[in-house]
Amino acid sequence: MSPEPYLGDTTRTPIRHHILSVLVENKPGVLARIAGLFARRGFNIYSLAVAPAESHARFSRVTIVVDAESAPLEQIVGQLDKLVNVVAITDLAPRDALERELLIASVPVDDDNRLTVLDTITHGGASIVDVGATSVTVMLAGTPDACDELERSLEKFSDVELHRTGRVALPRLG
Amino acid sequence: MQLTGAQALIKSLEQEGVDTIFGLPGGAILPVYDPLLDSTIRHILVRHEQGAGHMAEGYALATGRPGVAMVTSGPGATNIVTPIGNAHMDSTPLVVITGQVATAAIGTDAFQECDITGITMGITKHNFLVQSAQEIPRAVAAAFHLATTGRPGPVLIDVPKDVTQSMMDWWYPATVEEYDLPGYRPDLELDNGAVERAVALINESERPLLYVGGGTLKSNATHELLAFAERTGMPVVTTLMARGSFPDSHEQHLGMPGMHGMYTAVTAIQKSDLLISLGARFDDRVTGKISAFAPEAKIIHVDIDKAEFNKVRQADVAIQSNVASALVALDAARATPRNLDVWWKTINAWRDQYPLVYDEPESEGPLRPQHVIEAIAATAAPGTIVASGVGQHQMWASQHWKFDEPRTWINSGGAGTMGFGVPAAIGAKVGRPDRTVWCIDGDGCFQMTAQELVTARSEGIPIKVAILNNAYLGMVRQWQEMFYEERYSEVYLSADLPDYVKWAEAMGCVGLRARTVKEMHEVIEQANAINDVPVVIDFRTDASEKVFPMVASGASNDDIMVHPSQRGASR
Repeated sequence: MSPEPYLGDTTRTPIRHHILSVLVENKPGVLARIAGLFARRGFNIYSLAVAPAESHARFSRVTIVVDAESAPLEQIVGQLDKLVNVVAITDLAPRDALERELLIASVPVDDDNRLTVLDTITHGGASIVDVGATSVTVMLAGTPDACDELERSLEKFSDVELHRTGRVALPRLG
Repeated sequence: MQLTGAQALIKSLEQEGVDTIFGLPGGAILPVYDPLLDSTIRHILVRHEQGAGHMAEGYALATGRPGVAMVTSGPGATNIVTPIGNAHMDSTPLVVITGQVATAAIGTDAFQECDITGITMGITKHNFLVQSAQEIPRAVAAAFHLATTGRPGPVLIDVPKDVTQSMMDWWYPATVEEYDLPGYRPDLELDNGAVERAVALINESERPLLYVGGGTLKSNATHELLAFAERTGMPVVTTLMARGSFPDSHEQHLGMPGMHGMYTAVTAIQKSDLLISLGARFDDRVTGKISAFAPEAKIIHVDIDKAEFNKVRQADVAIQSNVASALVALDAARATPRNLDVWWKTINAWRDQYPLVYDEPESEGPLRPQHVIEAIAATAAPGTIVASGVGQHQMWASQHWKFDEPRTWINSGGAGTMGFGVPAAIGAKVGRPDRTVWCIDGDGCFQMTAQELVTARSEGIPIKVAILNNAYLGMVRQWQEMFYEERYSEVYLSADLPDYVKWAEAMGCVGLRARTVKEMHEVIEQANAINDVPVVIDFRTDASEKVFPMVASGASNDDIMVHPSQRGASR
């Protein structure tokens, strides 16, 4: 587990994004119902993360970052709430939310760029999780902004394979 | 008690009080048709699965109870997709049971396999793919609960063949908790603050209007509506989905609003200072150009579905409630507008200037479709139920039939499904055998689902069908005449092909035809005298007849076009 890197600033997240934390029944097809609803009503999903919720195998938590410009948030929430498998919806405005995301990337390295790569990784707050003969895999668990920053800084290398999980969020305390 | 899944399914339907299933068997649903033989439930064998769906809708709309349809997998299931979509648009409670291939075969492109839960995901309130026989009672109980509570709608239960063939220990959920619907909470507490704000808006209004939608019928609020309207003296308009919820004969009723609404109803909306929307959803066919809709009106929006609030028009006060409870609360708070004398004087002037008119009937024909509808209505038994298809005939029926009772008008509103009329009329007659049921149909619509008259004849369901035969897809023809410079593209159907009288006779019905006014009265009299078999009348009507008033698509309600004979007069 790497130490918490660059903390970023979630207030820089564009205000038109809203984070919906949606508790759903863990049943077949529920994700399709949510995705289908968004497609049908013309709402745009910016990112999506799904995992079992708390200790209950019965429920899953879906974290959806929505583009609130594609439709009024009230409509999105109202329509989502009508899905029978949706148990609860928490709407988090970016300024009230603690957001985290995981980024992993494989970066090709050779003798010429090794130092630059390591520099970039260190500066971005990422840690190395796997080392091969010709590339390293790095990860960063941090704010979406920190992930953005690292993604941008890795753009100068060629053939980088990069994955992001989509963000999860909880309300800020106090 | 050990039962097969099939037996459990039928027994579950009996538990829910189902008396009629509209359906058609096939491979995957076959096991369920065997215990049906031993059940008290009546099964109506349709000729096409679309017919089963619309019959179930007609049954539901006429009775207020959920309609039930059962079909097989694959094409059986896809054939009932249109009625499911129709019921979804009109919030009609429906439970549709589809057979599915065996669980082990799902996903293998098996014979007659289709992903019907996927297909209907967006047009059902909810759907279930039942995974085991033991789960059948819960799925059925939950389906009826979902279909009939909150905002009603269609629910589909997909049952694989091995599930209906395997054994289960009989049980039935006794409480809502056992339905296992943790995300479904239809019981609402009325927001008293919202009611208070609504009362304040009503109390300061000078030109209020009750904009009554289909939710008023769904919540059986007709008595509450009458009481509230009469105490407050407010004018009332009833949408296409709400016809019959407030008596047409009542002097406070201005008629139907919308694209083909009454001039007075449309204009009163535009000039009102307060619209009280009761279970209506500001449909584009009512609002016309939304930015020009009721520009001076504050909005009180009563709906059981909170997703309707601010979807189309921002509400000043939103009350999430069924219509009946909201009206009771508003009435209890003695909400009372200001003196409405000036408002009524204005309204009555519109009424005098722009009544509903049509051209004088020509005795030798062709018949005026409006005249035919009025002639049928004039001789119809009290409480007659009217079903219709979709198009000009539907608008004329809604305009010219006078509805004084709820659930006497059966039509396809939101989806606009041609071919709805005949099967819906059959379903209505099954649900209300004591009532006369007329289907006012168009020739285009009739040809889409007429085969169900074979069902009607063989099952002893004596409906009466009036085809307003103008030889055209009339509403499209009207738009081409008015907006496409009379360039008629693919709208001509022929008045003589098919021969509707012979077709009716071939289906075991009485077939009649009328070309002149005299014949019109004669055949209506004949039809009224026949109560044992279905009757079909081919009324030859004038193809050039158009539906007026009309608000052109996308135009403002202020630019309503009245009948040509009323134009030129000052407004």
